[in-house]
Amino acid sequence: MISADIPPFLPFFLASILLPWFTGWWQRLLMLVPPVLGGIMLLLFPPTEVTASLMGFELALIHADKLSLLFGLLFHLAAILAFIFSWHKQSRFEPSLSMLYAGSAIGAVFSGDLISLFIFWELLALSSAGLVMMGGQADSRNAGLRYLYAHILSGLLLLSGILLHYQQSGSLAFDKLSLDTLAGVLIFLAFGIKCAFPLLHGWITDAYANASAAGAVFLSAFTTKVAVYALARSFAGTEILIYIGAIMTCFPIFYAVIENDLRKVLAYSMINQLGFMVCGIGLGTALALNGAVAHAFADVIFKGLLFMSMGAVLFRTGHTLGSDLGGLYKSMPKTTVLCLVGAASISAFPLFSGFVTKSMVMLAMLEQGYPILWLMLLFASAGVFHHAGIKIPYFAFFAHDRGYQVNEAPWTMLLAMGVSAVLCILIGSYPELLYQWLPWSTSYQPYDLTHSLTQMQLLCFSALAFVWLNKRGLYPPELRSINLDIDWFYRRLLPLVAEALVRDMRAVRAKLYEGFTSLVQKMPRKPAFTPWTTSDLTLRLALVLALLLVISLLA
Amino acid sequence: MSQKQKGVFDNPANVQRLLRFFYSLCVVLFLLDFVVHRHHLLDFEAIPGFYAAFGFVACVLLVLLAKLMRKFLQRDEDYYDKR
Repeated sequence: MISADIPPFLPFFLASILLPWFTGWWQRLLMLVPPVLGGIMLLLFPPTEVTASLMGFELALIHADKLSLLFGLLFHLAAILAFIFSWHKQSRFEPSLSMLYAGSAIGAVFSGDLISLFIFWELLALSSAGLVMMGGQADSRNAGLRYLYAHILSGLLLLSGILLHYQQSGSLAFDKLSLDTLAGVLIFLAFGIKCAFPLLHGWITDAYANASAAGAVFLSAFTTKVAVYALARSFAGTEILIYIGAIMTCFPIFYAVIENDLRKVLAYSMINQLGFMVCGIGLGTALALNGAVAHAFADVIFKGLLFMSMGAVLFRTGHTLGSDLGGLYKSMPKTTVLCLVGAASISAFPLFSGFVTKSMVMLAMLEQGYPILWLMLLFASAGVFHHAGIKIPYFAFFAHDRGYQVNEAPWTMLLAMGVSAVLCILIGSYPELLYQWLPWSTSYQPYDLTHSLTQMQLLCFSALAFVWLNKRGLYPPELRSINLDIDWFYRRLLPLVAEALVRDMRAVRAKLYEGFTSLVQKMPRKPAFTPWTTSDLTLRLALVLALLLVISLLA
Repeated sequence: MSQKQKGVFDNPANVQRLLRFFYSLCVVLFLLDFVVHRHHLLDFEAIPGFYAAFGFVACVLLVLLAKLMRKFLQRDEDYYDKR
């Protein structure tokens, strides 16, 4: 079969080269060709194995199983939605970079060996850093550079891990790894940076808030989900992931409550959602792993939808600061409703997609005997509704009317958001649509009376807390401000230390120079400078060479 | 489109109506705990109103702690730009 021999990333890379040469509707149409045709191809003829050789290594460019197929399909779908959303803007290079980015993500999930993975890992970093730099916000260029540093570091860790692993085991297969070896730890950390593990998460809030409206939608879909895929493939059942994941679900929600930039709030909530997936991977049972990847699938769509709705607000008002927004439900009613669908999905309301995916991880947590961590996840579930489900729509579209007289989002944006919203409801209402693609076999039933009732109680009383706090004036107002996070260490402390070092070195150099000049002045001076004679010079050179010889013999 | 648009929620009565609906929904959900026999894996899950109380307390704690965090972590918007 011809189709199965074409690596799925190839059409994306070709289109990425072609896109800058097209404009207008031809360009828009071309954006959809690789993801639509590639997606159909994947559905009809799942790829098997494609190999290539590079510098004597046999590379498994394509290695498809149910796990990679699920992520492959997801990335095609995400690319279609994000490209439609990006249609409002004419740009020469942004679509091309986005295409390269999507293609690299697809290449990474079909990689059968670690070298291919590394190549796509680096392409992901470069293309997405370019995307951040093109964000068009005040700090986009610098944010893009900071983003690049973080991901270059991830790439270096991955490469050193791979080399060490190859040296020790002689294997380059992209398969299960363990944390017992240094190589495993290095690769784990490389995945951890991309997956925004606690303390390694600084890039995520920084970059997402500085990307363009469509750029943030692309970013939210690919990088972190490739990391989730990589962790699921290599580190499923690694216990420490359960604890890392539980921390990831909890700490960002505090930041999300007090963060003013609503796209940053979404970035924090992204860490929170990744936490659930990481927990599922750490638990490692069939139910937990299915939950992790299903939640990744649902998250790409509902988080994409939320980023789209904030992108529409950004496009119409020029910013996404909660302190300056409000009342937009009057001028952007359709965007408001679509945002509410995304909010209901991420909050895991029954009939919406988060409900049928997150609960698998929660149940697995209880089944494996982690009641305390389960309570943390429950706390995070209430918290995610609080900041992503209520705060985002409330401060953007309701709250105090700031008098914005803007137009509704353009129809292209509404189309992308509309399709995403329909998918959220479809997956939530007919979970079998998604479950049939899950890699492991379980017989999980999300809908029963207990589950639906307890979830509704949890969510409604969380909302009640919001109402109560608001009425009592206890809810922290949105303020024009930023909050210190891990990025303080490299955006403030590191430059301060470096500057202090440079200052000290300058002082030392000045001191040395002073001492040297005074020494020179103290030296007895010959009355007049007599140039060295040739014989004199030769003698001195010979002495130096002799000295060098002695040293080298001694050494 | 020059004059200010009137929205549904500009009328306080509509907000009141929405809130009343919401409060009654909460009451019904709470009371259902005494009617429905829920299955449970943990002992404390079985306590009537556990999920409702947990949700409420969790969010109040979340917000109050986050407010406290502001005292230590909040900086001006241009904090990283000026030195």
